[in-house]
Amino acid sequence: MAGVAPQNSGPLPQELELPGGKTGFRNWLDRNAWRDIIIAVPYIWLILFFVAPFIIIIAMSLAQSVIAQPPFRFDETWPYVTFENFERLFSDYVYLRGYLTSLRNALIATALCLLLGYPMALGIARAKGVWRNILLLLVILPFWTSFLLRVYAWMGMMGSNSWFNRGLTSLINVFLPAASEINSVPMMNSNFAVILVVVYSYLPFMILPLFANLEKLDFTLNEAAMDLGSKPMTVFRDVTLPLSIPGIVAGCLLVFIPATGELVIPSLVGNAGDPMIGRVINDEFSLNRHWPMASAIAVALLMLLVVPIMLYNRMQERAAEGAK
Amino acid sequence: MRQRSTFLFSVLCFGFAFFYIPIISMIVYSFNKSRLATVWGGFSVEWYFKLFKNAQIINAATLSLEIAVISATFATILGTMAGMALARFSRFRGRTFFSGLVSAPLIMPEVITGVSLLLLFVFMERYFGWPAKRGFTTVTIAHTTFALSYVAVIIQSRLLSMDVSLEEAAMDLGSKPWQVLFDVTLPIIAPAMIAGWLLAFTISLDDVVITNFTTGPGATTLPILIWGKVKLGVTPDINALATIIVLVVSIGVGLAGYLMYRSEKKRERDIQMALAANK
Repeated sequence: MAGVAPQNSGPLPQELELPGGKTGFRNWLDRNAWRDIIIAVPYIWLILFFVAPFIIIIAMSLAQSVIAQPPFRFDETWPYVTFENFERLFSDYVYLRGYLTSLRNALIATALCLLLGYPMALGIARAKGVWRNILLLLVILPFWTSFLLRVYAWMGMMGSNSWFNRGLTSLINVFLPAASEINSVPMMNSNFAVILVVVYSYLPFMILPLFANLEKLDFTLNEAAMDLGSKPMTVFRDVTLPLSIPGIVAGCLLVFIPATGELVIPSLVGNAGDPMIGRVINDEFSLNRHWPMASAIAVALLMLLVVPIMLYNRMQERAAEGAK
Repeated sequence: MRQRSTFLFSVLCFGFAFFYIPIISMIVYSFNKSRLATVWGGFSVEWYFKLFKNAQIINAATLSLEIAVISATFATILGTMAGMALARFSRFRGRTFFSGLVSAPLIMPEVITGVSLLLLFVFMERYFGWPAKRGFTTVTIAHTTFALSYVAVIIQSRLLSMDVSLEEAAMDLGSKPWQVLFDVTLPIIAPAMIAGWLLAFTISLDDVVITNFTTGPGATTLPILIWGKVKLGVTPDINALATIIVLVVSIGVGLAGYLMYRSEKKRERDIQMALAANK
């Protein structure tokens, strides 16, 4: 910067008169350099560290597992690749069940996030002045604190000796006949625990896009409908809800996609006998060292999620264009 | 109207109780004297003292901070470039692909990113000899890669809401593109760059899954250390560590929020004064 500024601090007539005096490099530097560099540097970085890994993982999913270092091998004759990993994926029930458990847990958690997050986002959007900022900060704060520690906080709450579990146990026992009273609620290491903690961890991802959407809605529309005699519930169904569909879709995708591939939550509070697919990938990779199998499961998971991911990217694009 | 407000109010109360009760419970139990993490045995701060004497935790925290500072800085540089490319250049070869590449890491399940990056590093070590082993460098590269997307989104939205005519005016007055970049565009998006850096820093400091795949022996970050301990169950020293982290983050977020609020107010005042002076 310091080297360029003095030269260009005023109009340079000699340069204007002699355009041919500029070399190609100078011309490029003055006109297009910043544009080319700004596009190329992140582009190359993403190709190296985002695209290349995907090509490698797809190649790996077509290799054979061997007990060696590194633990994979490609055929030395045509066609060099094998589809045995994908055949196993569809024949071994362990993997199919992993996908089904993941999809079911993620779907239930997304629905619960929407049920709890929508009224919360609406409440925050309707709050006045400073309150709105404070409530928003209170939603963002857990989102900035460590994800791992939020899962951990629930481990402390759900354990059979915790105050929460004991409180819940006595509450349930009130409704149970004396003979069938329970000692504690078996919450830990179950899919219930996984869904609960996924809802807890991903709720801000539902609230924030919904809030951004609901905040922009014109409240006078609601008032107009109300003045014309509609009941509040009818106004909500006919005015607010249809207008907030983009926020609902964005929030649901932001919860559903990462929740399907979740690894930390099922590993810490989940049922080892009925694991989600993220845990299956991790176990295949780290414990069994079946790199090709783990890669095949990951590639199939990506295929499963490619439609929602593309949908999300399209929405991002459209939102960016809308801002123009 | 009244009726629905009551409903929204109760849901908000329930939601915030749901958000904060587990965290408050964790903080309370960090002052528990008992070694059994879930049974109250009197007030004590001994776990905090033990924490500061634990060299393993201090080393892991230092490593995490180093990785977070370096990767956040790289991510801010790369992410700012990517955000500018998307916001300012509406036409270049492979733009749609590039746009997809920038936003995909935001939503990609971490397990897939982690496994694929690990495979890349294994291949690089085998065929290029660099990075020689997994650890500091590989984790920093991994964190930079997924954090740059967050920065790019922030920068892109800031640039799209910014008036292009400022840049065009500078160009018309004879500035070279480089000068426009450094004298006009960068000062305007500086707050967004700071916000992006902070987000990248926090994400790096917090990451478990991708770090778990890309790290090697001898490079244990704080989340990896906690992850290993937490798998074995709830312990009071992790409660104490968690309390410190939650407090530091809360103070940081509160302060950043306040500073941003204040600078926004100042900017509005400056604009109003400039408008008033012009009349």
